[in-house]
Amino acid sequence: MGPQHPSTHGVLRLVLKMDGERVVDCDPVVGYLHRSIEKMAENRTFTQVIPVTDRLDYCTSMTSNYVYVLAVEKLADLTPPPRAEYIRVIMTELNRIASHLLWYGTFCLEIGATTPFLYSFRDREKVLDLFESACGARLLYNYIRIGGVSQDINQAFLDRMIEFLDYWEPIIPEYEQLLDENPIFYNRTVGVGIVPLEMCRHYGVSGPNVRASGVAEDVRRDDPFAAYSELEFDIPVEKECDVFARYRVRMRELRESARILRQCFEKIPSGPHGLPLNYRFKVPEGETYVHIESPRGDIGCYLASSGGDMPWRCKFRTPSFVHIQLFKKLLEGVLIPDIMAICASFDIVLPETDR
Amino acid sequence: MKAQQFAEHLGTQYEGKDFVLDEFNRECVVIPLEVVPQCFEFLRDDYATQMDYFDFSTCVDRPPDRMDLVYSMYSTVHRHRVQFKVILDRNNACVPSIAHLWENANWNEREIYDLYGVFFPGHKDLRRLMMPEDWEGHPLRKDYAHPNLVVRPD
Repeated sequence: MGPQHPSTHGVLRLVLKMDGERVVDCDPVVGYLHRSIEKMAENRTFTQVIPVTDRLDYCTSMTSNYVYVLAVEKLADLTPPPRAEYIRVIMTELNRIASHLLWYGTFCLEIGATTPFLYSFRDREKVLDLFESACGARLLYNYIRIGGVSQDINQAFLDRMIEFLDYWEPIIPEYEQLLDENPIFYNRTVGVGIVPLEMCRHYGVSGPNVRASGVAEDVRRDDPFAAYSELEFDIPVEKECDVFARYRVRMRELRESARILRQCFEKIPSGPHGLPLNYRFKVPEGETYVHIESPRGDIGCYLASSGGDMPWRCKFRTPSFVHIQLFKKLLEGVLIPDIMAICASFDIVLPETDR
Repeated sequence: MKAQQFAEHLGTQYEGKDFVLDEFNRECVVIPLEVVPQCFEFLRDDYATQMDYFDFSTCVDRPPDRMDLVYSMYSTVHRHRVQFKVILDRNNACVPSIAHLWENANWNEREIYDLYGVFFPGHKDLRRLMMPEDWEGHPLRKDYAHPNLVVRPD
């Protein structure tokens, strides 16, 4: 199942050994989108690496920016101002909504349903409009900078965000209505691609995928970053571990994101939006690891600095890299249509895997 | 448990071996190369540590002699996260594989072999991951030279 395929969410190659319609063995081959982001990060100053991290996972560019910036701030011992922390939460949650909507559209498209794709992309456009008004870009933002964010947001942005939420929250049941009562969808997803909890632990699965296996693990709760320790939200958990459970977890997460955004609207303080830093500032020598919750799972950055103005080594631990390893075990003995359902339910993106 | 307590705990388990904190990273314990596979098995199974979640493993290249192999692990039971480092000789880098303990380590070790040239005896399927199979050289090493890599004018 070659690298150029409409259902593989990017350039993933699955070498499948088949027996009729059933898969006997599966070998995922990655590396088709390898852009040597980590080598590039070693040859640019700390601020110049931020646009490079944008491309690390272009569906959730804010999160990729943020994990790298958090690592630099931890090494350099910088604390961004409170307004910047709230702006970062707002951007991360809006990005989570955009990413889950994209996932929903492509997941349904791969199972064979074309209508949900149009519904979710119509609303995703409104989120991208919000991003465009805040930082000028629709997909690759380069917005979260070291010490804060690049530009402040104004009251008009916050009002428009609430307008969007008021329009969109009543529409979430429409997405579910298209699929939840559909017997074809049930047959394709319930009981398919079961990942029991011990397998999750053995492979290091994180994010909505492990929450669909019964554990309430969320980096926003376990290891709070930005302003999440001051916000109230629930962690949706499902127990069935199959494709349907992963779909349900992400739908419920959409509602939780809306709840977080409304709280940010109430609580955001005024103040500076960033720290004034020198363009070529130096980070003291050391190494550190930080991680945050991206819509796909637990994304982390291991940063090593040698005291200069360029990173010495920057490693990104991305959830998609970890989840693709599951395919070898999970795809044994399944039929061809189930391959698409299983691969799509993990929300893999290849730029994260290959870097 | 913090990294210092990890170092002491490992020191009592493996007497005669020295477990110190890394000079660059206060949350990192340096593990001597001789005890690598048993030590990680102990960390996974021991009640006090129970590191069941393998974050990642990677390499930090420090020419001319040294290469650090960093592992990061987390315990979902005790909720502690610590990094471990194994210091290797850059010209002859060889570490026993731990892919049989955590499945996640499998591709991480393949990637390190591909991009750094560290060899993992005991790994069942050590081949290149990111680069094409017939690529020569290990790109992320600091002394990697290729005609396409040119120095920027500034």
